[in-house]
Amino acid sequence: MAEGGFAVAVELPENVVISKLDELASWCRKNSLWPMPFATACCGIELMATGASRHDLARFGAEVFRFSPRQCDLMIVAGRVVMKMLPVLQRIWQQMPEPKWCISMGACASTGGVFDTYCVVQGIDRFIPVDMYVPGCPPRPEQLIQSIIDLQDKIQREGTIGGREFLATQRQAPKRALVELPVLQPANALVRKA
Amino acid sequence: MSVPAPPDLNERFPCVTCSEFRGDTRLVVPRDDLVALFKFLRDEHHFDLLVDLTCVDYLKYRGAENRFGLIYIVGDSRSAARLTVRTFVNEPDTVVPSVTSLWRGANWLEREVWDLFGITFDGHPDHRRILLPEEFTAHPLRKDYPLQGLGERHNFPTITRGEA
Repeated sequence: MAEGGFAVAVELPENVVISKLDELASWCRKNSLWPMPFATACCGIELMATGASRHDLARFGAEVFRFSPRQCDLMIVAGRVVMKMLPVLQRIWQQMPEPKWCISMGACASTGGVFDTYCVVQGIDRFIPVDMYVPGCPPRPEQLIQSIIDLQDKIQREGTIGGREFLATQRQAPKRALVELPVLQPANALVRKA
Repeated sequence: MSVPAPPDLNERFPCVTCSEFRGDTRLVVPRDDLVALFKFLRDEHHFDLLVDLTCVDYLKYRGAENRFGLIYIVGDSRSAARLTVRTFVNEPDTVVPSVTSLWRGANWLEREVWDLFGITFDGHPDHRRILLPEEFTAHPLRKDYPLQGLGERHNFPTITRGEA
């Protein structure tokens, strides 16, 4: 054995897998998301449809809608949020235990939608952190399911058992949707390199 | 169902003007006679129900002489008869006598008009806002209030990941 290296001296049975603790925790968390339905408008109807039998959110482990924020780890803001409701939204968000995530469902929750009036908040991400935005007015259940799948990806990819991904330095990292696609090199550049 | 004005209206209230449009009778009354007229309509002509109470802001409205027009619709619960009663107020004296002493149901309607138009109801038992939050300072259905507000919708602290 080389200096500084190590080897596993124990022989593992066939049904034992070695992983990182972070990945194990993320794997558990992503497959049992408990949503907090903050449904204020027609997006809430689609949210109900997503949870109901035809679209069956239970296939993704996220069907346990809890109406107490203490038991939830995924807030789905479905519908427009008015300025009288926003302190309630923030309170509920703060009552949810860590780790927690937020999906902004629909045009109104994400941007205010067509309700550009004095009382409607123009996007909840101005006031609480948002992980996924779902476009649509209202989005179809398939879109919400896709966002939950993407959120599961994100949790598996970035999640840590201690919640280190929520620290300030980590938050500065570009989100996946903002990462630029790799630029294909022109053919002649490859030739010159060779 | 609209009905013609009571026949003894003009001798009791000479300052009330009466008009009709497409079968709807409308009485325009000065603000000072408002409660007396409603008492007359309620007690002597059985208009025992205040159906609605709302307001219109006529700022920059073509041909309008007054800023605010209040609309009261009173009804008779026996015959389903209805009458529209209007009165006008102008700034800065936007005070109207409350009719909560005649109809208890006017309570929330007057609070709504106060909330959105800033009309004060003199004698109201619970003169608070009803829809908007209490810290709101403007009256947003006034025509000189900007559509997107004065920044009230963004006047909140932001919660970030670290402090949640």
